[in-house]
Amino acid sequence: MNILAAIWAILIAFGIILYIILDGFDLGIGMMVLFFKNEHDRDIMISTVLPVWDGNETWLVFAGATLYGAFPLAFSVIMPILYLPVFIMVIALLFRGISFEFRLKGIKSKPFWDICLFLGSLFSTIAQGLILGTFVQGFSLTVRSEGDPFSQWLNPFGIACSIALIFGYLLLGSSRLISKTTGKLQENCFKVSSKLQYAMWGFVIMVSIWSPFLNYEIKQRWFNPQYMPYLAILPMLAIVSLITHWYAIKNEYEHIPFWSSVGVFLSCYFGFIISTYPYIVPRHITYIQAAAPRSSLLFMLVGACIMLPPLLYYTYFSYKIFSGKTTEKIWY
Amino acid sequence: MVDILLLSRLQFAFTISFHILFPAFSIGLAIFLAAMEGVWLKTKNPEYLNICKFWSQIFALTFGMGVVSGIVMEFQLGTNWAGFTQLVGGVLGPLFTYEVLTAFFIEAGFLGVMLFGWDRVGLKLHYLSTLLVTIGTTLSAYWIMAANSWMQHPVGYSKINHAFQATDWTKIIFSSTTITRFIHMMLASYICAGFVISSVCAFYLLNNKHTYFSKKCFSFIWAVLFILIPLQIFSGDLTGLEIHENQPIKTAAIEGAWDTQTGAPFLLIAVPDREKQTNSWSLGIPHGSAFINTHDWNGKLVGLKSVPPADQPNVAIVFYSFRIMVAIGLLMLVLAALAFYLRIKKRLFDSQWFLKMCWFSAPLGFIALWCGWITAEVGRQPWIVYNLLRTTDAISNVSLYNVIISFSLIFVVYGIIFGYFYFYFLDKIIRKGPIAIKQAEMTHQPFQYMPPFSPESKP
Repeated sequence: MNILAAIWAILIAFGIILYIILDGFDLGIGMMVLFFKNEHDRDIMISTVLPVWDGNETWLVFAGATLYGAFPLAFSVIMPILYLPVFIMVIALLFRGISFEFRLKGIKSKPFWDICLFLGSLFSTIAQGLILGTFVQGFSLTVRSEGDPFSQWLNPFGIACSIALIFGYLLLGSSRLISKTTGKLQENCFKVSSKLQYAMWGFVIMVSIWSPFLNYEIKQRWFNPQYMPYLAILPMLAIVSLITHWYAIKNEYEHIPFWSSVGVFLSCYFGFIISTYPYIVPRHITYIQAAAPRSSLLFMLVGACIMLPPLLYYTYFSYKIFSGKTTEKIWY
Repeated sequence: MVDILLLSRLQFAFTISFHILFPAFSIGLAIFLAAMEGVWLKTKNPEYLNICKFWSQIFALTFGMGVVSGIVMEFQLGTNWAGFTQLVGGVLGPLFTYEVLTAFFIEAGFLGVMLFGWDRVGLKLHYLSTLLVTIGTTLSAYWIMAANSWMQHPVGYSKINHAFQATDWTKIIFSSTTITRFIHMMLASYICAGFVISSVCAFYLLNNKHTYFSKKCFSFIWAVLFILIPLQIFSGDLTGLEIHENQPIKTAAIEGAWDTQTGAPFLLIAVPDREKQTNSWSLGIPHGSAFINTHDWNGKLVGLKSVPPADQPNVAIVFYSFRIMVAIGLLMLVLAALAFYLRIKKRLFDSQWFLKMCWFSAPLGFIALWCGWITAEVGRQPWIVYNLLRTTDAISNVSLYNVIISFSLIFVVYGIIFGYFYFYFLDKIIRKGPIAIKQAEMTHQPFQYMPPFSPESKP
């Protein structure tokens, strides 16, 4: 039972980080669109994500559905509290998705859909940042606070997380574009990415310092002398990634910046998991308490074992079909 | 009195009513595209490629709408229906997980190849992608029908501390209710798409545009509809028997039958009166309803009064939505018969009045689909899981402001995006027609009208 719950917690964590990285660069590119005035540049930027955004977003659907199935208690506690940010996120994702479809069809309305794409990407990132902030800070489960529509997620730490996530996604997006584009557009992406990295330094340091002070338990875990040497690997990974990024940008390496930004995200994500473990509704409900009955977990696991390997393979495969530089806009 | 329950129910009804249009249409279009691409590969007649290219634009647009509106549905289950999630999550959650694993990823992974991959992959691999997208849409429908059917007729479960736990997954997934209703839903999707295709082609034929293209599609679609519509009526009959067996009170609401009786009449019109627990006025065909629901002229129908008024659904809504659905079904049957007659007379493509009827009949399938679902869902009330969990116990503990904000947001956004822009772009694609593709010469290279990719971008 406990081992099954643990496997599902790991699978969901895996789905979430894949979503963050894959849709992170989609959202980052979406937020960059307005800053490139040339229509051809915009077409290229969007063409790099057109064949893959739907698949990337599916990881969010995966995380949602598996949380529903494997930890129904967690899903039913978290969602009502995060009611508004979740709605902002799904409506913003809706705008993002339809903008991709409509801008392919529109001619005069194209700039309008670019604005929708920008706003959709921006607001889904903000909402995700607020949700992240709530998870780091922990939920409050008193009757009064549960009914309060705002206080749990709208606070300085949540807003700081949102801003950090905006910059993080922009970093992922610009790095992804570096490896997918050529010429002038690529040069501009190098410039953007090189400026963003300094902001990332700031945010990584800020969140690392701020989050231990949010909660005694988090502080205990990180500053426990017994674990500290091992846990120090994560900040090291973040620093190594950031230095690699700086070096790669400086020397105009095309493919390394994306992976170094992924490194920054991975180190932050593992840091988050270490702070949160073993809670699934932070500071109240652990993943074992929230787990669905054994019959459900086992049945889902059979499906995951059969389907996940081919699924990962054909996701990789469809990326491969559209790999290489995008120099012409694509359409159907 | 506006409360969280009512608003949440309205929000759910509103979002799902919009959502269902897109999957239903794309399920039908996907199988049509798979058929047409198959014919093209077999015959190499470029006209079939034209058909594929044209309808895949509409497919892509519709599919995209389905994806984005589907995400709203998923998260809404948690935000507004936390009680439901907590109690039935152990049974329904795995079904949704399987939907994601077996359907969504396949669709998402191969849709990109299907739409943008024409000149990047071989013909066979492209066809495989189209087939996989079709299978994905079908499987997705199956899991959703399994989840919904479990709510209509729960089987294979046990209850521990109020929460439901699955004891037999085979029973849950392959219950006869699921299979019957899945077939009914699939046929409905095919027919919905069929009527849209027929309408677009009729529009072209009436205006003497794209005639060769339209004739091919129109002829094919009416041959298919001629088979599907009678099949759908048959499957509807099976679904009716299933409901009568497992949800007798829903049948009673459909038939407007208050008293338990044998040989009940089929009421054409009725004015149900909940207060007095009777119909204040009605007009019916003797023994009709008994025959429809039991296949016996003197069959026995349980009446609404056999349960307390608090356990009865809203009779008027269920009664009339069912009748609208059946009326549209019969109208479709008449159209199919007319098409058959005109085909024998070799006048299928130039009978102006028939083409006009087809042109206007595009929404018929969707209206019937809505009415069918309203019958199913309102007929299940006041239960969210039939006879086990009340809708009132399924609601989240959230503030009214939350629901007001989310519903207004959804109302405006859906109204503008799905209510206006979707149709605007649909209309644009249809007006542009398949001609843009036709102008390109396809004699040398079948995909040369696609914009070229740079040489170094090829894998």
